[in-house]
Amino acid sequence: MSTIAAAPRRAAASRVAVAARAVADAISDTADVAWRNLLTQLRTPQALVFSVIQPVIFVLLFRYAFGGAIHVPGTNYVDFLMPGIFAQTVAFGAVGTAVGLSGDLRTGILVRFRTLPMARIAVLAGRTAADLARNLLVVAVMIGVGFAAGFHSPHGAAALLAALALVIAFGYAISWGFASLGLRVSDPEAAQAAAVPVLFLLVFTSAAFVPSTAMPGWLQAFGTHQPVDALVNAERALILGGPAAHDVLISLAWSGGMLVVFALLAARIYARMGR
Amino acid sequence: MVNGYAVEAKGLRKAFGEVTALDGLSLAVPAGTVLGLLGPNGSGKTTTVSILATSLRPDAGRATVAGLDVVTDAARVRRVIGLAGQFAAVDPNLTGRENLRLIGRLSRLGRRQARARAGELLDSFGLNRAADRLVRGYSGGMRRRLDVAAALLHRPAVLFLDEPTTGLDPESRFALWDSVRGLASSGTTVLLTTQYLEEADALADQVVIISAGRVAGTGTPAELKERLGTAVFHLDFAGQEAAQAAEAALASAGYVVQRDGAGIQVRSAAGSGELTGMLRALNGRGPDPVSVAIREPTLDDVFLSLTRGSEAA
Repeated sequence: MSTIAAAPRRAAASRVAVAARAVADAISDTADVAWRNLLTQLRTPQALVFSVIQPVIFVLLFRYAFGGAIHVPGTNYVDFLMPGIFAQTVAFGAVGTAVGLSGDLRTGILVRFRTLPMARIAVLAGRTAADLARNLLVVAVMIGVGFAAGFHSPHGAAALLAALALVIAFGYAISWGFASLGLRVSDPEAAQAAAVPVLFLLVFTSAAFVPSTAMPGWLQAFGTHQPVDALVNAERALILGGPAAHDVLISLAWSGGMLVVFALLAARIYARMGR
Repeated sequence: MVNGYAVEAKGLRKAFGEVTALDGLSLAVPAGTVLGLLGPNGSGKTTTVSILATSLRPDAGRATVAGLDVVTDAARVRRVIGLAGQFAAVDPNLTGRENLRLIGRLSRLGRRQARARAGELLDSFGLNRAADRLVRGYSGGMRRRLDVAAALLHRPAVLFLDEPTTGLDPESRFALWDSVRGLASSGTTVLLTTQYLEEADALADQVVIISAGRVAGTGTPAELKERLGTAVFHLDFAGQEAAQAAEAALASAGYVVQRDGAGIQVRSAAGSGELTGMLRALNGRGPDPVSVAIREPTLDDVFLSLTRGSEAA
């Protein structure tokens, strides 16, 4: 009797063990791929340096060249600007995801990965994890640059850290979106050329650098209903103070939604490659 | 493994848009042997290997590796195969050792095993001294050896080599040939694609010649040469007119003659002894040749005649 009852339980237990093993393997493969991508980035520091220089130039331009002409009621322009800069930094960081995967497609490393008994998701998860680490580094640099330019995060360190957590979450989600692009274009320069205009549109129609109220109505309609704008508003609500819960939830909803949709899309493209 | 075949493909078809890459290709590789897949650029060699190595799906047809279906059982196929590509798929920004350890771990070797195997393979492929240098500083030959080493980390039963020596200098080429021979003698089944007839002749137990996505001929290197006769004669004459007269004389005696300027080429199935018959046919009806050379047919001869035949059909 007991042996008959035990058999399906053992089968279920072994299925659980197999699934647990698969998850552990996927995590270990993701870590290995992420390690490889980080090493690669450290050894081609040009890309890393330029991903820092671009936002630094934006800080200088907007703080000193345009800032004097932009009036934001109730706050210092540099305190208004820096949340926009953080958002812009990680948004443009997603170009790196597209360029990196596109390069792997071109060199043939993806073909090798696809013929290894590794977890398939690790190629994408390892890439986006490495790009998340890079975002952390670049954002840390930008905080320093911000402070040097007069940013003083009026609502304190905890509020700033909460805002940066939103920035990093957004950066991770959008990175998955650009992973799909990288998998489709086997030329890194073409991938970059395709990615940059989309990001320009999202960043510059948002309230990243100027208040949306200064834009014409048709542009506002687009500019205020997209994830970069949601992120910038949530950051400002936290950093500059005021009722933040609503804006934070909207930004988290955008990032969560983008992550789910884009991760499924990228995984599907990867799984269907070679058909 | 069914029928003792390590690799078996039946009626593979694959099209990329309008372009048909494979048009019903079938082949079989007995376990423990080397099969040379020979064909010009664009004949479907890489497509065939990609399908067998699970990175591409066929539109139609079936293929098994070690008895496992490459489409429905792809995950298990990946555990028993190694692939080294025409375009060295190693990371230029990692060292040789880092590349091998990464691929070893992704091949499910475990950290310690991956480290040990990486060391062994760096050793046996003569990459010890370059092991801790970035691959972007490697020569083409070193990259290719690393690429092959990367395919061997988990001791695959079946190894696919896609044009392993294209673009290599002769020395690197011979070194790679030695590695392939060593693997084959230790029981690894190897399927290698090449554009070089010499390479197939040197390495393969069995040759499959493909053209336009179809098999144009198959056999051992010796059998394929046999099919084109056992000797090729080159007769040179004093001038074009003399050669033309000789061509007519030989043709009327039943020989298949190819003339190029003042030179004539004749294939014979009867071996070098046929020379007597040819000279007899010329005697009185044609001029004497200035020089005569006899050689064994090369796979080049086989290849040209087979692919020409398939184009005509």
